[in-house]
Amino acid sequence: MSSLSIRNLFKRFGAVEVLKGIDLEAHTGEFVALVGPSGCGKSTLLAMIAGLETVTAGDIYIADRLVNRVPPKDRDIAMVFQSYALYPTMTVKDNITFGMESRRVPKAEQAAALARVAGLLQIEPLLKRKPAQLSGGQRQRVAMGRALVRDPALFLFDEPLSNLDAKLRVEMRTEIKKLHARVGKTTIYVTHDQVEAMTLASRIAVMHKGEVQQFAEPRTVYDRPANMFVASFMGSPAMNFIPADLSSNGAPSVTFPGGDGAPVTLPLASAALASANGGKVVFGIRPEHITRYRPERGAGRPGIATVSALVEIVEPTGAETMGQVRLGGREIVARFEPDDAPQVGETVQLAIDMNKACLFDPATERLLPRAA
Amino acid sequence: MADVAAPAPAAGYDPYATSGAFARARSRVGVYLLLGLFAAYYLLPLLVVILNSFRDLPEIAANGLIAWPRSFNPKGWYEAWDTYCVGGTCAGVKGNFYNSLRMTIPATLISTAIGALNGYILSKWRFPGSAFFFGAMTLGVFMPGQIALLPWAYILGAIGLTNSTYGLILVHTVQGISFTTLFCRNYYVNIPDDLIKAARIDGAGFWRIFRKIILPLSPPILIVTVIWQFTGIWNEFLYGVVFTSGREQPITSALVALSTNGTNVRQYDVMSAAVLIGALPPLLIYFFGGRYFVRGLTQGAIK
Repeated sequence: MSSLSIRNLFKRFGAVEVLKGIDLEAHTGEFVALVGPSGCGKSTLLAMIAGLETVTAGDIYIADRLVNRVPPKDRDIAMVFQSYALYPTMTVKDNITFGMESRRVPKAEQAAALARVAGLLQIEPLLKRKPAQLSGGQRQRVAMGRALVRDPALFLFDEPLSNLDAKLRVEMRTEIKKLHARVGKTTIYVTHDQVEAMTLASRIAVMHKGEVQQFAEPRTVYDRPANMFVASFMGSPAMNFIPADLSSNGAPSVTFPGGDGAPVTLPLASAALASANGGKVVFGIRPEHITRYRPERGAGRPGIATVSALVEIVEPTGAETMGQVRLGGREIVARFEPDDAPQVGETVQLAIDMNKACLFDPATERLLPRAA
Repeated sequence: MADVAAPAPAAGYDPYATSGAFARARSRVGVYLLLGLFAAYYLLPLLVVILNSFRDLPEIAANGLIAWPRSFNPKGWYEAWDTYCVGGTCAGVKGNFYNSLRMTIPATLISTAIGALNGYILSKWRFPGSAFFFGAMTLGVFMPGQIALLPWAYILGAIGLTNSTYGLILVHTVQGISFTTLFCRNYYVNIPDDLIKAARIDGAGFWRIFRKIILPLSPPILIVTVIWQFTGIWNEFLYGVVFTSGREQPITSALVALSTNGTNVRQYDVMSAAVLIGALPPLLIYFFGGRYFVRGLTQGAIK
């Protein structure tokens, strides 16, 4: 059984097509993150699931019931808004019970639900306050309380953490994760922050230009991105891309011009299917898979290729040091241990973990599958 | 051209940091003097009317209309309120005063209520063509009242509400909707749409959202609208003169009748008192509500 099923969904505002055939499925208890840059249609999709926007074409099922024409209140959903949308003239208690009051839930039942949620979120001391008297984090909790009190089939979160400062955001992120583990409700979570999506979701739908680019587990989205957009959107700093030539005579390898102009050939860990573009590919590798070569560590490990390059910029972040090197005619970001960081102007011997390399078709920008 | 050497500035002297205590005080006095002069100029007529309402008529006749009072007599107020003859009936303006109240209060409340509802719909429940409706409605703001005189005369005649306070209530309510809708709609536009969405998911409908979320946020704009409507309707006299006569007239129209009362002597004391009676309610409203009026106009919906 699935809590949410979206089939070939379209949304048009006048001549503008915002969603172009979305297919999405969330199993019961699953945490699905919709992630993408602003304008990708993720918030529109959420609003359509909530019933706040009409469906142009396609079907939305919640708990196996077609809800295309069902009003929001009858969809068995609860939603947390980016702005929290707390009712400013009501106390925290009234905010949380407003929905039950609208549905004429008996008072005793309301009190029990309120007590349960207030305990869960530890907001008992705040119940008599108005939203204006709460801090950002407290408002966030109350907004979640208002959703939790319903016990719905589906939780919808619309960028709930983006109004918080960085520290609080990380705290609340952990709390949402704990909460989901405890409550176990199916959750659809919209965010533009790929770290939030990675940390919270059991599956991530990466959206761009009104289409789902990839819908998979976080690990898969990160390690085997379906195309170059997903590869560059997920992960920070972004994946490095180097146009290269694929050669499959003998051991499979990629070749591109090195920093000094001489061609660099890197052996591939596994053969890629021949590209349609006459052996042209885009070689993709994440910064953390390029680091300083240490014979004592790298030797003997399969799939490690070495190359030397000139370091142009060094950016220490504390936990790691990012270095920009020139390779294949491009600025390539590599990650170094802070204690092992190179100097600017130094030529370093780099180790590239070819097991993690991704090859893309330069024309379609799609990931080339590995040969079996 | 004479080459005059500028005097060397004293150490620490900054020509832009001038204005000592004396210069400051002098400019301050100048400002107060000027403002005081303007205030006196604007308030003088009111003062003359107030003073005259307490003077003996013979003394006014002897010393002129604008003169320092040498007598004190509140008789003008009693007569104006209770016994003075207006348009053939000698019962003062109290009947007209009550007419004005009976007209202004319902018309203010009804037009404000309709404006709030219109504003709520036009800002939070937009429908195809709602922008056109809003535009058409606010066109009424710029329409002079005289344009509507003939149509109203026809309508009031057709539904049998000529020479009746109810007729005036209808006219003022409808004429006021443009303003009240404009005020409320522009205020409600600033209320976040997310509140409405959250309430819809919470199971609240059109009326419950209006009652529980919109109305509790509305006092600032409702106060503005009520003050605006009350003073506007109370002070209006064209419709009163045209559509009512004699005992049915609101006080503003009665004042006109009173000043054209074709008897021998001009009763300046009574007329002054009657004018003040007619001006009192809007004055009191401004006096007590003016603060909220300014606050409501400048304040956003939600901070």
